[in-house]
Formats: sequence, C-alpha cells, structure tokens
Amino acid sequence: MAVTATLAAKGHGRGSDLVGAGLSIGSVLILWEVMAAADLTAGVPAPTAVLAAWWNLLFDGGYWQSWYLSAFRVAAGFFAALVLGVLLGLAMVVSRTLYGITFPIFEVLRPIPPLAWVPAAIIFWPTTELSIAFITFLGAFYTIVINTLDGGRAIDQRYVQAALSMGASRMNVFRRIVLPGTLPSVTTGAAVGMGITWEVVVAAEMISGGGSSMGGSGGGTGGGLGFLIWNSYTGGSYEQIIVGMLSIGIAGYLSSGLLRRFGQWATPWIGRR
Amino acid sequence: MNTPCLSRPRGAIRIQDVVKVYDPHGAAVTAVDHCTLDIAPGEICMIVGPSGCGKTSLLNAIAGFHDITSGAIYLDDRLLCGPGRPQSEPGADRVVVFQNGALFPWKTVLDNITFGPLVQGRSTLREAREKARALMADAGLADVESSYPAQLSSGVRRRVEIVRALMNDPSVLLLDEPYRALDSLTKSMMHESLLQTYYRNKVTIFFITHDLEEAIFLGDKVVVMTSRPCRPKKIVTVDIPHPRDHNVLTSRRFRELMDETMSAVHEEAQAAFAAGEREG
Repeated sequence: MAVTATLAAKGHGRGSDLVGAGLSIGSVLILWEVMAAADLTAGVPAPTAVLAAWWNLLFDGGYWQSWYLSAFRVAAGFFAALVLGVLLGLAMVVSRTLYGITFPIFEVLRPIPPLAWVPAAIIFWPTTELSIAFITFLGAFYTIVINTLDGGRAIDQRYVQAALSMGASRMNVFRRIVLPGTLPSVTTGAAVGMGITWEVVVAAEMISGGGSSMGGSGGGTGGGLGFLIWNSYTGGSYEQIIVGMLSIGIAGYLSSGLLRRFGQWATPWIGRR
Repeated sequence: MNTPCLSRPRGAIRIQDVVKVYDPHGAAVTAVDHCTLDIAPGEICMIVGPSGCGKTSLLNAIAGFHDITSGAIYLDDRLLCGPGRPQSEPGADRVVVFQNGALFPWKTVLDNITFGPLVQGRSTLREAREKARALMADAGLADVESSYPAQLSSGVRRRVEIVRALMNDPSVLLLDEPYRALDSLTKSMMHESLLQTYYRNKVTIFFITHDLEEAIFLGDKVVVMTSRPCRPKKIVTVDIPHPRDHNVLTSRRFRELMDETMSAVHEEAQAAFAAGEREG
C-alpha cells in the first residue's frame, strides 16, 4: 500500500504504477504461499490461512473493540501532544527566557525512549489506560515540540521586518508571521509524531496487558491491537499475530494519510509551482 | 482612502552626521562614519557603493531595524532617531523592499498586498481589496492576485512587492538592492515599471544598489559611498529629464554621467577589494 502511495505521488503513469504495485505485492504473497506449503517459513502461516483468520475476526466484536481502543489511545495521546507540544514550542520561539529554562530539561528528557517510561507511568498514573495514553503522548510530544521550535526559529527575519515596516504590531507579527511560518514544520512534526504514536501504543499495550477492563469476547481480542498480537502469540494463534500486524499497518497508513491530507489543506502554499 | 498627492510631496529625509559602530565581540567596527545627506521630497536617491560598505546599516537605521551610535535622522522634520532615541520605531511611512524579496509565502498575492492597510486597521477588507486591485491593474498584475509567491517569476514577485509597499501610502520607499538577483533583461523591465509606478505615485525613493547603470537610469541623484566605513564620497545630480525610458541608456548624457561616476565607484571598489585582501 505504501508502495502504491509513493509511486502514485510521483504523478506519472498512475495506472501502470498501480499494476506494478499489484504485481510486486501479489508475487510476494504467492511466493509466501508456496513456501508455507513447502514448510519453508518456519511456522509462519500462509496468506490464505491469515485471510481465513482475518475473515473470522471481522465478525468478532472484540477485534473491532481492539481497533477502537488502540485508535482511541493514539488519538488521545496524539492530540494532547499536538496541543501541548505546539504551545510549548511556540512559547519557546517567542520567549528567550522560557527557551533558556526549558530547553536543557527538554534535552535531558528527550533521549529517554517512551518505552522506558512504561514502568514509571504504570506506577504514577492511577489506571493502565492513563499510563498507555501518557506513553503515546510522549511518543509524539518531543517530535512536535522540536519541529515547532525549529520551524519558528527558522522563520526568515526579513518577513518579520517587512511586517513591522508595514505597520504590524508585535501581536500581528505573531499571528500573521510566526504562526503561518511555523505551520509547515508543525504538520511535518505531527506526521512523524503520529507514526511514533502507533509504534509506541502497540508496545505499551503489550507490556501493560492491554488495560482491558472493557471485556471482549476472548481469543485475545478486546485489549487493543498490540495486546491482540501479544495475546495471539501466548495463545499460539500465529494467524492472528499476522492479522494484528497488518491491522496496525493499515491503521498507521490511514492515520498518516489523513494527517497528510489535512497538512496539505492547511498549508496550500507549499509545493505549488 | 487617500491617494498620494502630487501637489504636496512629502518624504524629505535629512541624515545628519550619522555614525554607526557595531561592537560584535569587543572589536568595534565602524559601518557608517559621519554621514550627512539630504534627500528632497519625491526624489529618487540612489546609494551606490561596494558590497558590505555599510549602505544597508544606513537603510536599517532609517527603517528602524537597527540603532545608530550618534547623529540624527529626520523625516519631514520629525526626528526618527537621534540624541536620546537611538532607534526609530518601524512604520508604514517608510516601507522597506528587501534584497531577495520578502513576500509572505503563505499569503496569496492579493493578501500580501492588502497586508499593510489591514494590520494597521486603516481600511476594511473591501476597501483594501478595491485599492489593491486598482494598483495591480496599473502594474499589469491583474491576473496573479490569487497566486502564491512561489508560483510567480522573480520579476513578477518584485513588482508585487513594490505594489505591496505602495499600498501603505508611504512617504519613503526604502529599497535594498531589490533587483540584484534578476537577469539584465528582466532588470531593465523592472526599471521601467518602477519608473511608471513612480510617476503615478510620487514618493521619495531611497535605493541601494551597486549597479551604476541602474543608479543613473533611475536616480535623480546618485550618491557614491566610500567603502567601509561608509560616507558620501561624491554626489552626482542626474539631469536627464523624466519621464525616462530605455532610450536614455544609449544617450550621450547618460554615457557622460556614467564616466563621471565610474571613476569614483572604481576607486572605492578597489579600496574595498584591498581591505578584503588585508582581512583575508
């Protein structure tokens, strides 16, 4: 799917690109099927077996519950990171003092991978749900702050001077120069952050046991897609592992696609020649 | 909306004994050295000098982007900066057009042009757009109003920028080598278009360049600056009558003025070059 997207984005011969993508994915699937039939895949189930398992899951409320839970956690963490990250980033752009105070702390905390926060988060937050949301928040937060900060600081001083020279107030400069000037980096930061959020939510669900107080209909479903994978692994359902993995791939693809669309809509001046 | 009034020209600039010393790391660098210069209202004053000679420091002081060390600058007898007030407040009476252009990439041409009147709260959106469209039609820019700057050629961008500046009814236009990056053909088109615009909206023009031909073609007065520190070395009055067009370039008077100015410019260019060698 990603292959289709990159090829299509180049904008030439869209039809033949689609055919090419279909061929490449199709041949991998066939090769995989044949190797599985010949027992050469070390226990990894064949595509047909995966599809069959997937088909069954489509009628399992718990599977969709997992989708919902993971998507909800990603959305919660991501939007919290977006709001707080952009606010902090902009504040650091505007205030040298705040930058001086915050940046060193930030640079010490930033290299700590979100997953290293899992135990501390579980201890600190009252519910598992909140700890998972916090971890996903961290995943996107640093990227968004750094992108906002860099974008804001890279705004050409000529724009600020031109605005002042045309009678703009400081507030005007912030609203009409700093905000739109930072927007492209914010959308980049958001897209990267969204990717990290999916990586992190899956791992957090695996480690924390899915935080599933919401039930589900057994079979390892109902605790989020990451938990679905982990539970399928412990339960020995290898087909479901693959289904979970592909589901996350689709979810990540959909959410970055959505975000990219939104970014293009919000920054119509980028990439137009 | 008040249109610029031809009968009552404003925009007299008086630069009085201005000194600007930069002190980056304890090593004082004098950029402008006791510079005195009078520019009449509605005059096109061309500032010529080697790159890095301090011309831009002078422009920044008038614009209010940087302070001066001593001296004073007046605009129509109003003190912009001087004793007790080292840096003037930037304002729409002195709009700057920058070397590489500073159209806001995130705004369409129309929104760029209406920026000034709107942020000043001087006119409603409808009024500003009406005026913008009139000015754009005059400048032959009617069909680009909804384009973004990145979609335009650099020549069109410069014209848009001049219109954007004029929207503020400034008394002075401060231009810092606005046509530097253009090829010579586009450049000469820009010159004629600037003059056309100037004839319609008479403002004082403070124009920095290191292109002597440009200076004499456009200017009422050409001020050759000494190489760093910068101060007027020679002031040449260009007595070629307006309106001018490209035929001026081949006239005898134009050649004579070029000759007269060239030696002074050349001397300073050599001095700047030698100084560069020493520093290197």
